[in-house]
Amino acid sequence: MPALTAPAARPAAAIAQLFTRRTMLKAGMLAVGFAFAGSRARAQGAASGPRVLDPKELDSFLAVDGDGAVTLFCGKVDLGQGLRIAMRQIAGEELGIGVDKIKYVEGDTALTPDQGRTSGSNGIQRGGMQIRRAAATAREALIALAAQRLNLTADDLVAVDGEVRPKNGGAGLRFAELIGSKSFNLKLNSKAPLKDPSRYTLVGKPLPRPDVPAKCTGTFTYVQDFALPDMVHARVIRPPAVGAKLVAVDETSIKDLPGAKVVRINDFLAVTADDEWTAVRAARALRAQWSTWSGLPEQDKLAATLRADRDVTDEVLLTRGQGVGSTPSGAMTRSATFFWPMQSHASIGPSCAVAEVTENSATIWTASQGTHGNRKTFARFLRLPEDAVRLIYLDGAGCYGMNGHEDAAADAAILARAVGRPVRVQWSREDEHGWDPKGPPQLLDLSGVVDPSGHILSWRTEMWLPQTTRGLPDIPLLSPAAAGLDDVRGLQPGLISQNADPPYAADNVAVLVHWLKDAPLRPAPIRSPGKPANCFAVESFTDELAAAAGLDPIEFRLRGLQDQRGIDVIRRAAALMNWQSRPSPGPNRAAALTRGRGFAYVHYKHSESHVAMGMEVAVERSSGRIKVERVACAFDCGQIINPDGARAQVEGSILQTLSRALMEEVKFDRSRVTSLDWSSYPILRFPDVPKLDIALIDRPTEPPVGAGEAACTTVAAALANAVFDATGARLRTVPFTPDRVKSTLDGV
Amino acid sequence: MASYRLRINGVDRAIESSDPDQPLLYGLRGLGLTATKFGCGLGQCGACSVLLDGRPVQSCLETVANAQGKSVVTLEGLGSIAAPHPVQAAFIKEQVPQCGYCTSGMIVSAAALLAEKPKPTEDDIRTALAGHLCRCGTHVRVIRAVMAASGQGG
Repeated sequence: MPALTAPAARPAAAIAQLFTRRTMLKAGMLAVGFAFAGSRARAQGAASGPRVLDPKELDSFLAVDGDGAVTLFCGKVDLGQGLRIAMRQIAGEELGIGVDKIKYVEGDTALTPDQGRTSGSNGIQRGGMQIRRAAATAREALIALAAQRLNLTADDLVAVDGEVRPKNGGAGLRFAELIGSKSFNLKLNSKAPLKDPSRYTLVGKPLPRPDVPAKCTGTFTYVQDFALPDMVHARVIRPPAVGAKLVAVDETSIKDLPGAKVVRINDFLAVTADDEWTAVRAARALRAQWSTWSGLPEQDKLAATLRADRDVTDEVLLTRGQGVGSTPSGAMTRSATFFWPMQSHASIGPSCAVAEVTENSATIWTASQGTHGNRKTFARFLRLPEDAVRLIYLDGAGCYGMNGHEDAAADAAILARAVGRPVRVQWSREDEHGWDPKGPPQLLDLSGVVDPSGHILSWRTEMWLPQTTRGLPDIPLLSPAAAGLDDVRGLQPGLISQNADPPYAADNVAVLVHWLKDAPLRPAPIRSPGKPANCFAVESFTDELAAAAGLDPIEFRLRGLQDQRGIDVIRRAAALMNWQSRPSPGPNRAAALTRGRGFAYVHYKHSESHVAMGMEVAVERSSGRIKVERVACAFDCGQIINPDGARAQVEGSILQTLSRALMEEVKFDRSRVTSLDWSSYPILRFPDVPKLDIALIDRPTEPPVGAGEAACTTVAAALANAVFDATGARLRTVPFTPDRVKSTLDGV
Repeated sequence: MASYRLRINGVDRAIESSDPDQPLLYGLRGLGLTATKFGCGLGQCGACSVLLDGRPVQSCLETVANAQGKSVVTLEGLGSIAAPHPVQAAFIKEQVPQCGYCTSGMIVSAAALLAEKPKPTEDDIRTALAGHLCRCGTHVRVIRAVMAASGQGG
């Protein structure tokens, strides 16, 4: 029998605050209006009862109101991947209520439990499973309450359509009648029975995402659109060199711009104005003198610089087998070096944030994927207690990685404190391309021995990677460092060393990493951190071994694979490709326009999704231009919560990573990033987009795992292998620009 | 401070600005019409596209002085959730946007394409939208939605 307590009444003052604040906010921003209420209520003392936020407590995740509607409080945020519907499907399914009866609050440190950063494709896999457990616990409690009221046993009852009713018919009790507006006061019960997937009515359905209509009609409020009364607009002036110090500022240079003001805190420099265009003009007009700095490596020698670094920590990540003996006669030895450059998150909208900071508290509206995790960092540089800092998620322009959102939020917070008014900071295009934290460079040496039957006798991967600083709560942020505030120091590139070993049988495998203590530009997790590069190397090299053995690339892979789900996706992708067995390269590689097909496979992190991908390309020998004509992908992420959402993630993963593989490399000189716009850092455009054929393999009785990253992983390898099939030339450095392809072809 | 008079989404409006070279983009957003997005300010990404006298333009490159006296249609002016433009309806049905930041400009340009060429081919759509960037990789759905909005495909 669950214990119930009366809800803490929300004081009238707080409700008044709610409505005055809410009227200032745009329509459709109820979550934010509600969010204010939480803050005000909390600020007025314990009697008002702050929300329970402990992720072990059911009330942290879920509430039933007096009308019987359910509100879900989700610590994970929706960046476009569809959690807003998927979480409702998961909760509604277990609870027995329609998704249209579920309200939703996300990513607000004052209202939602800390479910960890929305990253690593773990939204559903971890966050969703907590929600599933919460809903199952709630259903068990509601059924127990109804059993007592109806004098029946729990086994006689079923929760459906927002009520608990007798299985044999007769009147039920609505959720609101059972618990409306009261707390559950229960721990999440890991043993609460879960619904049998064969009886699912919501999970597995392609329900539409609720934010789509507003996004298509212009009523959706992005963080870029969010405004507070009395808010000023700001631009932060970044130095002309990464490590430059601010020497002098000429404030008279903006004196003709009405209301424009300079804010300087040590090396942190910004301008503010009442309207945005004046802030833009002031940022352009402001004259400042900076020290010179030229500490970046030479771009052309970046790989060699990483390799030559002696200040490294070596780690053996993996060894399998008895060690390498002498190479048997007939066996073939191969070795190759692969390189993945630094890349930008390249969101279409530059980062933006709004902050309101008083002496005792800070509220920050941000598109960060890690509002809860940011709290500690922000509290530290603002010198406030952690619980006085509140971060509220609002959508920004996406990238599925850690772009400049956190930095913009820090900019806004520092400025809001400095000027004593709410501040909106909007980055420029140049800011975003120049200063977003970058996907790190990755250098890999591979070597291996294969026998003529296609059996891998030995495999060795050696990597040079920037090392994640142990215990770092967040990435270091630009403005706290520039302003001389207390900031974290270190590197946070994400989990970038996984999938560096082959998923295929091999007598001996060794994976080593030389961890670099520094990175040329500040790194951050970019979509599918590290794995696209590692899989590019591993699956390209697998292809090299298959070619050495004279075997069809798919046949080679299947010979060495035991994992049945892996075998299934490979066979499915091969069928989508109408794959004809033959070794690579293909027969017509001397043609002026030569076509080929390539293949790659991954078991993501060796524990999550299975992905097999085939690609068809045409290569124009005279120009080196690659035209990707078709991508076929078979994808198994276990139980699929929402097939349309999962499909959208796979589509986007493929296209975004094609862009990265074909075009993207951050350019820099010895002082700064020089690829500062879309012509110097181009991304995929409509004419470049291939046909996509995607087969989702649903496994309703398997745990759901991430759908948002795994399909990124196989793209570059499938593409490079297709180019090899077409031309006989191996591309081992990303991006595959026409110049690079042409020089590689000329070298064959 | 000067006042620049325009017809925006069928209504006569005034944009106040001390700078005749202020991009139309900031004028629109300053009026609360925030569907039109800042992407680059360089005319390279398409996020800020609006119709100016029926023609798709990047509002980051149009000045308020130049837009004076003209008719502007933004995403808000094309339709609403209750009464969407056919392109908006198709984008919703095909579940096109992920983050959705590029969506406004794409819908505006696609609406202009269909006004000029009611039955475009896929290649026409790719060409018409070549100046629009999307980071989430929604391109195939965009093409499908525009084909559907033109009564083709299905």
